[in-house]
Amino acid sequence: MKLLYSGNWALCEGAIHAGCDAYFGYPITPQNEVPQYMSARMPEEGRVFVQSESELAAISMVMGAAATGKRVMTSSSSPGISLMQEGISYMCGCELPAVIVNVVRGGPGLGSIGPAQSDYFQAVRGGGHGDYNMCVLAPTSVQETFDLAFMAFDLAFKYRNPVMILTDGLLGQMMEPLEIRKPDYVTVRDMPDDVGDWALTGAAGRSGRHHKSLLIDVDQLERHNRRLQEKFQRMQAECRFETILTEDAEFLFVAYGISMRACREAVKRLREKGIKAGLLRPITLWPFPEQWLREHAARFTKILCVELSCGQMVMDVRLAVEGRCPVSFYGRSGGVAMTVDELVAAAEKEFTR
Amino acid sequence: MDYTPPQSLKDVSTHYCPGCGHGIAHRLVCEIIDELGIRDRCLAVAPVGCAVLAYNYWDIDVTEAAHGRAPAVATGMRRCNPDAVVFTYQGDGDLAAIGAGEVVNAANRGELISIFFINNAVYGMTGGQMAPTTTIGRKTTTSPRGRSTKNEGWPMKVVEMLSQLDGTVYAERCALNTPKHVRAAKEAIKKSFLMQMAGKGFSIVELLSMCPIQWGVSPVEAIEVLETEMIGQYPLGVYKDCELSQ
Repeated sequence: MKLLYSGNWALCEGAIHAGCDAYFGYPITPQNEVPQYMSARMPEEGRVFVQSESELAAISMVMGAAATGKRVMTSSSSPGISLMQEGISYMCGCELPAVIVNVVRGGPGLGSIGPAQSDYFQAVRGGGHGDYNMCVLAPTSVQETFDLAFMAFDLAFKYRNPVMILTDGLLGQMMEPLEIRKPDYVTVRDMPDDVGDWALTGAAGRSGRHHKSLLIDVDQLERHNRRLQEKFQRMQAECRFETILTEDAEFLFVAYGISMRACREAVKRLREKGIKAGLLRPITLWPFPEQWLREHAARFTKILCVELSCGQMVMDVRLAVEGRCPVSFYGRSGGVAMTVDELVAAAEKEFTR
Repeated sequence: MDYTPPQSLKDVSTHYCPGCGHGIAHRLVCEIIDELGIRDRCLAVAPVGCAVLAYNYWDIDVTEAAHGRAPAVATGMRRCNPDAVVFTYQGDGDLAAIGAGEVVNAANRGELISIFFINNAVYGMTGGQMAPTTTIGRKTTTSPRGRSTKNEGWPMKVVEMLSQLDGTVYAERCALNTPKHVRAAKEAIKKSFLMQMAGKGFSIVELLSMCPIQWGVSPVEAIEVLETEMIGQYPLGVYKDCELSQ
């Protein structure tokens, strides 16, 4: 069955089909459709929906539900995600699973309600305090928004860690065909319904369990951090990316999410003009496909990183490339989305300099 | 006289100061958990404050929460686990300052949770700073000239405030400084759990407590300070009881 759905709605259906037990969230444009849709659908499925009083409260409601082993999701947009950073840090420290969705808008501050990719740093470089990482997934279509919801819950439970889906106001609002389907990889839901010996289920027949991130003894906390770092190292195995026409490319675009779509079209038009462009798009922004870049960068003449920001992912591209190839940046900010025409013009200028 | 400690209270020494009310409050909560037979389905949320290590003393399932967010954490736990008995245990900074938004909205939604609010009118763990509930004139490390209404505002009346909300079915203020008050506090804690288990709504028990160290008095003097200064500012009693109005 195919529906004509928006990215925001596709996120909801993906979460529901992936077994989301509870959703807690607060309205903020451009993702108001998410709490609205969930308020109608979750009770239909006998699941939990609460509109929280703030994003501060939402992330703590998520933490409470996650502490009891439930599949729980929240969503917000940039300013609200800023409010959730404390909670994300706590959940990483306590090793609790959850899915957090950022439908990014222009910033900083109250910003605009236009689409942006200016929360990349916040998403992959902490955002909250302390040494932690979380997998960050970036869809590029309504269908992929649905599909990645399954992966997000899987990864959250596989590693007992929050997972972020980083999308934007354009993807959230645009309407595309959506097929309700189960992605072709196993979800944790297919496994026996045992969340393991960490969930707070009531201390029947056992001593009380507790979740904490507080370790006042600094040696203990260092040991805990080392253990967490080992886990984040194992999470590197979850790196996913897509390459388009990179085998014979002379120039490389690097882009994710909505920017990727403009770059994909730009690759086509540039090739028509005889410019051999290719595209690398990270599906996981963390773990970042640094290994691929390190291995292939040397054979490109130029790499152009394209983002709806003032330049954030471009820093990770430069770090991975390690000087093997010049890296440039093209971006729009404030909620402005680039046109394919302007991107082709800018890329042509950059690649033929 | 049966002095056997409750089973739900772990047989360990606590880190609390001599004369602190937490030891009493912990014991009362655990006694009720045992008496009601709800240990198997109790889920608790610890505060940030002196009682941040409460999970080291209660032999039930407990989670940490960010400062002030306990009522939101409790909401997530209870909504997803309708058979659980969920409570938070919070100090005056946790509940009335940083967590004011969360407790008001949890009460307003009528969440089926019990809040045990330990009000000693000062921030103990961080070294004696002023709390929203600090009394007028009292010197603290952040009100060294004594709290003045002009600069620092008024002592916050939490149970009075929360009893105004329709979602609150039961709100009582008790104290922990005398045997008579402790017995009444125990009954209040029990009533709060029973209200939750009967599906009635949100309840809060405010427990005026001693903090000799930050009040700058001896444990024995603290009992008197609570009796005069604290109860003078915060009258004991039932502020809301939906069962009475029926």
